[in-house]
Amino acid sequence: MYAFLIRRLVHSLVVLFVMSVVIYGLMGLMPGDPVDLMISADPDITSEDAARLRAIYGLDQPLWSRYANWLGAALTGDFGYSRLYAQPVWQAIWPALTNTLVLLVSSLALALAIALPAGIFAATRPYSLADYGINFAAFAGISMPPFWLGILLILVFAVMLGWLPAGGTAASAGVSGLWEQLQFLILPVASLTIAGVGGHTRYMRASMIETLRQDYIRTARAKGLSESRVVLGHALRNAMIPVVTVIALDLGVLFSGALITETVFAYPGMGKLIFDAIMGNDYNLALVGLLMATALTLIGNLLADVAYAGLDPRISYEELDQ
Amino acid sequence: MTTFKQLLVIGGLILCTVFSPTGATAKDNLVIGITQYPSTFHPNIDSMLAKSYVHGLTRRPITVINAEWDTVCLLCEELPTLENGGAKLEKTPDGKDGIAVTYKIIDEAVWGDGTPITVDDVIFTWETGKHPKTGVSSTEGYRRILSIDRIDDKTFTLHVDRRTFDYNNLSTMGLLPAHIERSKFANPEAYKTQTAFDTDPMNPGLFMGPYVMTEAKTGSHMVFERNPKWWGKEPAFDKITVRVIENTTTLEANLLSGGIDMISGELGLNVDQALAFEKRHGRKYTILFHPGLIYEHIDLMLDNPVLQDIRVRQALMYAIDRKAISERLFGGKQPVANTGINPLDWIYADDVPRYVHDPARADALLNDAGWTRGANGMRVNAAGEPLRFEIMTTAGNRTRELVEQVLQSQWKEQGIDIRIRNEPARVFFGETVSKRKFSAMAMFAWISSPESVPRTTLHSEEIPTEANSWSGQNYTGFSNPEMDALLEQIELELDREKRRELWQRLQHIYATELPALPLYFRANSFILPKWLGDIQPTGHQFPTTLWVENWSVNK
Repeated sequence: MYAFLIRRLVHSLVVLFVMSVVIYGLMGLMPGDPVDLMISADPDITSEDAARLRAIYGLDQPLWSRYANWLGAALTGDFGYSRLYAQPVWQAIWPALTNTLVLLVSSLALALAIALPAGIFAATRPYSLADYGINFAAFAGISMPPFWLGILLILVFAVMLGWLPAGGTAASAGVSGLWEQLQFLILPVASLTIAGVGGHTRYMRASMIETLRQDYIRTARAKGLSESRVVLGHALRNAMIPVVTVIALDLGVLFSGALITETVFAYPGMGKLIFDAIMGNDYNLALVGLLMATALTLIGNLLADVAYAGLDPRISYEELDQ
Repeated sequence: MTTFKQLLVIGGLILCTVFSPTGATAKDNLVIGITQYPSTFHPNIDSMLAKSYVHGLTRRPITVINAEWDTVCLLCEELPTLENGGAKLEKTPDGKDGIAVTYKIIDEAVWGDGTPITVDDVIFTWETGKHPKTGVSSTEGYRRILSIDRIDDKTFTLHVDRRTFDYNNLSTMGLLPAHIERSKFANPEAYKTQTAFDTDPMNPGLFMGPYVMTEAKTGSHMVFERNPKWWGKEPAFDKITVRVIENTTTLEANLLSGGIDMISGELGLNVDQALAFEKRHGRKYTILFHPGLIYEHIDLMLDNPVLQDIRVRQALMYAIDRKAISERLFGGKQPVANTGINPLDWIYADDVPRYVHDPARADALLNDAGWTRGANGMRVNAAGEPLRFEIMTTAGNRTRELVEQVLQSQWKEQGIDIRIRNEPARVFFGETVSKRKFSAMAMFAWISSPESVPRTTLHSEEIPTEANSWSGQNYTGFSNPEMDALLEQIELELDREKRRELWQRLQHIYATELPALPLYFRANSFILPKWLGDIQPTGHQFPTTLWVENWSVNK
């Protein structure tokens, strides 16, 4: 198992290195540089100023040289300076990362807490009224555009009812700030949960229906076990394997892809940070942000592989190690 | 009542208690919504409207242009002029025409930590500003200062290497606290990453306005509280929170739900969005529309042989109805532009060619230029080539895309075939415009200031080429010796009346030659609560927050 983990870790580091080259290269190929953006906002910048600023920010160097400098510094733990936020990259990323993790964990936990029981319930009563109802709700959740759902939630709960803030994060800290912070989280979490619950319900239902058709389930029923014992004790672990794969892939997507939700709710998270960094030509920030999204996807997949072994005793990494 | 109904009622009561409306904001805490977060808090690195806006609450420039568009003192006792003896003509050490300008800093002026603001701060700011490695965006103003004489702790004389008409305007010099920043400047190359404005932005010693910043959450909000050391008029609010909400729909929702009290005019809703808001909720808010200096226009590629013909450029203007566009799309709130000079500016020339919608004249000019209507009504030349142009702007900018479509249909009526090809802002500005890769028309805006000399956009030395590493902003490639001479003369002409004449000539050339098609001046829309008063929009780059101490709460 340890050898497997080490091997995967080495693979992940290689993937991250390749990704860093690709991302930096693509960013460099994009038109314009940060100084062009400065000029478009300030016609007083002279030609001499532009040349001087390019030299200060190292933009007069060839791309490979800039990347080599960045990589050299990154290996010593210095990920560079964010031009967009005028602070070290890690300092700019940390608050956004915390915000995103809070949003991601809460919405994913909530979505799974609803989707897994709903999927199992629907699967055990296929083509019943309850199944149709759950499927209808799931499809509604999948089909609703996230920006529309976000605006709808704001309209109802913030503007019409005035129960919750329409967006942003709390301005105060401390104990009272914690509750305020929670209020600001409710609508974005609800929006992401509704968007995620439909897909997970469908995966869980399909996987469970497939599992319930297996011979060993028939055997379990023939042994006279109760239906709940059959479903939860025998079928669930196997049925979870494809669902776990999807959840693992979702981690990376949610990390960098909650852009619309973050924009609609003015929530300063990683999706927004990465988007702004790319649009603002902030190479260092965009690179580290995208690498973190890659790393999270890799970690999610690694966790999924480890979870497979826990869910299905037939999967063993000891044999692979040998 | 059934148990289920009882549960519903109890649940509803709990929800109502727990989720009390968040919109109830006390009048001692004003919450402002803006759409952008500053990339740095350093006053002289990276010019950015969001930064100017929040610095208006916390800092004061030595001089400023006020709402009447006059240069006035904010940190100095009296504006130095040639008339009052504060400014004196002199020769520079190498014998050129220079000027000496003496300022006296207000006696009571202190930084937020109680340290007096002195000439040391002025000299230190100048040293950082002119240093080539500090990352200050525009060093020109600092490099023109040859030396600074210290008369006493509060009085100094600048010796400037040329006599420009705005010799007493020090508004672009963002004063730095030497007692905090000098140690950070020990290594000038590292200064931009070491400055306390970004490493310790809540240090009260960085501020000298009515408020100091007490909280800043990147991308989310900034909180400002009263500066106990502020020497001026006491502001009305104990605390001001500036929330950053980029999505304008969410910004509106925040206003309606009470999450914010007002939407800033400088960084808020577009005029069309504000007009729609006014229709729905106008009774509950004060909505101010104030035209400003942001000049929307279409740069023409003068290397294009068809556009080199002045008759074609003039016909393009006569073919469009800008007044109708302004009235129908912007409720008449955004005035039609005749040149890049705003009618609110004292140098504005009223008698330049105006190009009111005149299809007959456009038709005559195009026929005269050899572009006659073909069988399908579209114009062709003698060789049968169609009169076709490509127009480009920033993709996703709803207002510009809308204007573009209206212009396309108006030009089509004149038989001019217009193809729309828009690009994301960073591609459009970063490559297409800056490297002059547009084939005919590029629609965008210039941000300006009162009596700003458009040298970078109109002087022939400012045409970007590969040889000069694409520097300069004369993207049209406009080259006119008289215009070049005027641009150089205006800057150095101290006599106001003579300068007015030069400005008038400049506008005549612009309106006749049409290096760009003027469209309109953008207006700022302020959405304010009824109880908030005395916010005076300026229409230029200096934000309303610079006079925050005058804002009042209506009883």
